[in-house]
Amino acid sequence: MLTCDRIAGAFLALFALGVIIESRALPLGTLWEPGPAYMPVFLALALFLLAALIMIFGGAGKPLGELSWKEWPHAVAILCASLFAALALERLGYRLTILLTCLFLLKAVERKSWTLTAIFALAMAFGSFFLFYTILRVPLPRGPMGF
Amino acid sequence: MVEMFQNLYLGFSVALRPDVLLYAFAGCIIGTLVGVLPGVGPLAGISLLLPATFGLDATTAVVMLAGIYYGAMYGGSTTSILMRIPGEAASVMTCIDGYAMTRKGRAGPALAIAAVGSYLAGTVSVVALMFLAPPLAAFALRFGPPEYSALLVLGLLVLAYMSGGSMIKGLAMAALGLLLGMIGIDPMTGYSRFHYGLVELGDGIGIVPVAVGLFGVSEILLTAGQPTPPKVIKPKIRELLPSREEWRDSAWPIGRGTILGFVIGIIPGSAHIISSFVSYAIERRLSKHPERFGQGAVAGVAGPESANNSATSGAFVPMLALGVPSGPIPAVMLAAMMVHGISPGPLLISQQPDLFWGFIASMYVGNLVLLILNLPLVGIFVNLLRVPYPLLYPSILVFCILGVYAVNSSVIDVWIMAITGLMGYVLRKLEFETAPIVLGLVLAPMLEMSLRQSLAMSSGDYAIFVNRPITATMLSIALVLLVLSLKPLFTGKVDWRGSLSQQAQPGEE
Repeated sequence: MLTCDRIAGAFLALFALGVIIESRALPLGTLWEPGPAYMPVFLALALFLLAALIMIFGGAGKPLGELSWKEWPHAVAILCASLFAALALERLGYRLTILLTCLFLLKAVERKSWTLTAIFALAMAFGSFFLFYTILRVPLPRGPMGF
Repeated sequence: MVEMFQNLYLGFSVALRPDVLLYAFAGCIIGTLVGVLPGVGPLAGISLLLPATFGLDATTAVVMLAGIYYGAMYGGSTTSILMRIPGEAASVMTCIDGYAMTRKGRAGPALAIAAVGSYLAGTVSVVALMFLAPPLAAFALRFGPPEYSALLVLGLLVLAYMSGGSMIKGLAMAALGLLLGMIGIDPMTGYSRFHYGLVELGDGIGIVPVAVGLFGVSEILLTAGQPTPPKVIKPKIRELLPSREEWRDSAWPIGRGTILGFVIGIIPGSAHIISSFVSYAIERRLSKHPERFGQGAVAGVAGPESANNSATSGAFVPMLALGVPSGPIPAVMLAAMMVHGISPGPLLISQQPDLFWGFIASMYVGNLVLLILNLPLVGIFVNLLRVPYPLLYPSILVFCILGVYAVNSSVIDVWIMAITGLMGYVLRKLEFETAPIVLGLVLAPMLEMSLRQSLAMSSGDYAIFVNRPITATMLSIALVLLVLSLKPLFTGKVDWRGSLSQQAQPGEE
């Protein structure tokens, strides 16, 4: 039966195999004098073994079909907002990035009114910048337009 | 003894400095808010606020971060009691009887017992920390690389064992964390590992983006889509006083919770969470009226709340004395100390006594501040939960992005946060614990270095791990734990961890 444990075990095993393949570019060393690839390969083998055990004993686990994913549209949107922030932070600057992220989350995802969205986004973008950059002297990026 | 009091005097002269006092106070308030907010636990809270301490001196910064840690422990109980929402995982057990008391109109006494129990446990455990850390640090001066290797292996195994659920899954998560910790330049040979041309990965993956991703972002992803804020019950100050019977019923649970929490706190694992579960199970077992548990038994609030606060101080013992974190929160605290140029370990107490004793004294002060703050201001703190979640989670996400970026001014860290956020979301959906990943990430460089140094010392002879008594003892304990945890897998019987979680289940319904 396809259970959560078996799926997770399969992904972990694949990840471990990937690490072993990638480690071939580095010297392995010997058992007595380990090289830079020794520890990653040892750990990947351990992870592979544990993943195999998870798959073997995972038959009695929670069936994959029983998992509820009802929050996925929100989760995808939030994840996209985080990735946008990573892309834009140093290109657009902190304030503009946060402004656009909040606008997206409140207007497009949560369907809030324009007034509330605008007030919230402006307060978050400029308020947090003032608190952290101006008062606490935390370095935050400015974009080409000074934002 | 005289020396101890002299040191404590030194500590209080640091902790009562106006600037230190102010930041301890700020840390306690922020920590309480972090604890009240569901989804932002102490780990994400400390990680997010780390950049805000960059402008401070090391002592003030550590005092503030510790204030956030134990403030979150206090704050978590408020929402558990009033709304059956655990502000953070350690307060899950408080929900059961705390909320039952609220429904009976005894919310005030439940809050008062939780606050007084937390205060007493916090204060007593700081005394224990004060007495235990210095001799442990003196003992640890005998440790060489083989002892540290054994200690780290033991720590990881105990963490996986105590994490609850399957130990194999816990170990797999620890191995995943250790593998993530392999990214970056190999300190022994200078080879760059798994950096794929990204210069920022030369120093490895930072603990802050991983912790924020796994605990902060993944929580937002899991809880997004909640429509309306829950109903908030605000008790009045005059309703806070417990009855004589309630005081009597909670005295022993507070005492037992304090001792239990401190001992579990020292052991690696998610100590504050486990201690509250164990305390609840013990109180129900020892009670003359076990049928009252789940229906509003005051012992079900007093025990777990005292235990999780006491565990907070216990967790500082191995971190301060050995430089080895016992769980993900001390691991982030350790990283924070390193950012400020402090190297926790056996030499910290002798080389930086003002920092160590100032920290100890600030914990006494912090606990008192929290007791004074929490009860009268409980109404203000719970108002935070009136904020609709569609407005709350974008704010938390903004602080996640800001906090993660500000640590190294690196956008790569924001990418890591987003990726580990997704990873944490999927893993938690599939019922995997993510705490061992964070600890594995922190311990990986220490473990690899000590292992390879040990082999260099012995010219590649692995017998060095057996011939040294401390190392052999620690590895034997690790082996016994491994065998014990694998036993139920083959015999099909439920071990004590399984029965403990089963015991906790009925009341949660």
